[in-house]
Amino acid sequence: MTKSLYGAQEASAIWVYLEQSQGQLGGVSLELLGKAHELVDGRGIPIVGVLLGDQVSGLAQEAIAAGADEVRVADHSLLRQYTTDGHAKVFTEIILDGKPDILLLGATPDGRDLAGRIAVRLRTGLTADCTNLKLDEKSGLLIGEVTGFGGGILAYIKCPDNRPQMATVRPGVFPVPEPDTARQGKVVNVPAKLSEKDIKVQVVEHVVGGGVDITRAEVLVAAGRGCHGDFTLVNELAGLLDGEVGWSRVPVDEGWVSRDGMIGQTGYVTRPKLAIICGISGAFQFTVGVEKAETIVAINIDAEAPIFEAADYCIVDDMFNVLPPLVEAVKKARGGNGGR
Amino acid sequence: MRPLHIIACVKVVPKPEEVKVNPETMTIERGEVRSEINPPDMNVLEMALTLKEQHGGKVTVVAMGPPLFAPYLRLALAMGADEAYLLSDRAFAAADTLATSYALAQGIRKIGDYDLILCGEESSDGATAQVPPGIAEWLNTSQITYAEDLEVLPDSEMVKAKRELAGGYEVIQVPLPCTASVKVGANEPRFMDMERKAWAESDGPVTVWAASDMDVDPEMIGLPGSPTIVDGLAQAESTERKREFLQGTPQEQAQALIERLRAYL
Repeated sequence: MTKSLYGAQEASAIWVYLEQSQGQLGGVSLELLGKAHELVDGRGIPIVGVLLGDQVSGLAQEAIAAGADEVRVADHSLLRQYTTDGHAKVFTEIILDGKPDILLLGATPDGRDLAGRIAVRLRTGLTADCTNLKLDEKSGLLIGEVTGFGGGILAYIKCPDNRPQMATVRPGVFPVPEPDTARQGKVVNVPAKLSEKDIKVQVVEHVVGGGVDITRAEVLVAAGRGCHGDFTLVNELAGLLDGEVGWSRVPVDEGWVSRDGMIGQTGYVTRPKLAIICGISGAFQFTVGVEKAETIVAINIDAEAPIFEAADYCIVDDMFNVLPPLVEAVKKARGGNGGR
Repeated sequence: MRPLHIIACVKVVPKPEEVKVNPETMTIERGEVRSEINPPDMNVLEMALTLKEQHGGKVTVVAMGPPLFAPYLRLALAMGADEAYLLSDRAFAAADTLATSYALAQGIRKIGDYDLILCGEESSDGATAQVPPGIAEWLNTSQITYAEDLEVLPDSEMVKAKRELAGGYEVIQVPLPCTASVKVGANEPRFMDMERKAWAESDGPVTVWAASDMDVDPEMIGLPGSPTIVDGLAQAESTERKREFLQGTPQEQAQALIERLRAYL
């Protein structure tokens, strides 16, 4: 057995990696704090957030309001932007100093980049891309739920001996907790030993923002193969409903759109109130990303498409026949001129 | 500009649409299922072959799995790869990401003299993009995950790529040797070369290494080397849906839908 750098006897607390970008906490970090708070309910296990960045201690209070009992802040000018080298080095040192029992990260591009690297450095187990978390009643071990294969199989994974028990969790699977501004917590500054020679990564260009976070959308209009690359009506309908636009994998593979709005097993898990799904057949790999919607409408030309199994309201027709009258009907229902 | 040695890590996976679960035993029935090269790994092969065309050098394919995977490695040779290694031993089986990345890293270490190690972003059968950073850590290389538009900069021993971020992207530059995971859809994989196909099938160099052929600690591979274990399997529950089919002309259907969606308008 590969031994981790510290063992279960020495380990305590649930740690959440607080991912921040340009002075904003990532939504998934808040989701994880909320879930951690729910998991420890009444067990007296402390929840510790770890924040790496450059002058980011102002974010600690937000983490405390979301459920952290303590926030450890490593401030360093070389941590301003995420780099594998810098973040892995500093975070590993903080982990070895504090010895968490459980370590949760968001399954974002940077979260996965970091988690995969430090899990090996710490010689521990990593349950990646969890869709749920629980603590085992008896052992208190973290059980991560992951989805596997096409058939809608859930596997429950645990890490009995090595520490920390690491998991990355899909953004959007847990709700963002209501901030409790009255919560009290401790903010601890921890040293970040880092010099320029530690970081071999040069960030040439860094572009974030302007993008849309579809995991937060209340109304989602999604299109797939059936749109043949034409998102005009889908965009219009989403606009009328103050919603966002998403898509299945096919439009990405076809090069019509980027992965930014991709829904499903390898994309985003969304939880809108209303999802209108156009021209998507509805393989499990897609539906796993919309099944938390309150109401699902499916429009598909193929009456046998599996998406209809997963929908509340089903329309069997080409989306290009249905969307024009639907757009008109929405305009009318919202007061003639397209609403707000 | 010097020639490059590129390692392309590929995985052979069951075709996801053919995988069935036995609802009584909750086990995955793979018996009748056909396999394929993990589709994201086709983007790996394409990127490796393109870089070889630009810089010269060679492409070595590495996979881990049972001997029946060898024909899939020959497909990669037919596409243009130069040689292939299959790490094949029962002792490697049931490995999680820690044990998998260790075994692959030790295989790559034995192949040696690598500049760039390319992996797929993820595998379609449930693994999760954590092996590439793991390989990078075992071999102490730099890493770029979710890479596209990857180029090796002549003379500077650096590799530059665009990398996906949450709601954006960055362009980063790291030194060789580098381990990169290739973003799904980063390129259009080529077909195999029919002239190479006959050679690949008969004389294509596919070397099979057992654990004993490699410098691996038996306690760090396969099941014993895997700190995570499966605690149980379950069928995903699906939410009960109304499944009401709306009838009539598109106008009538649209109107019927609006009536039902009042609460959201």
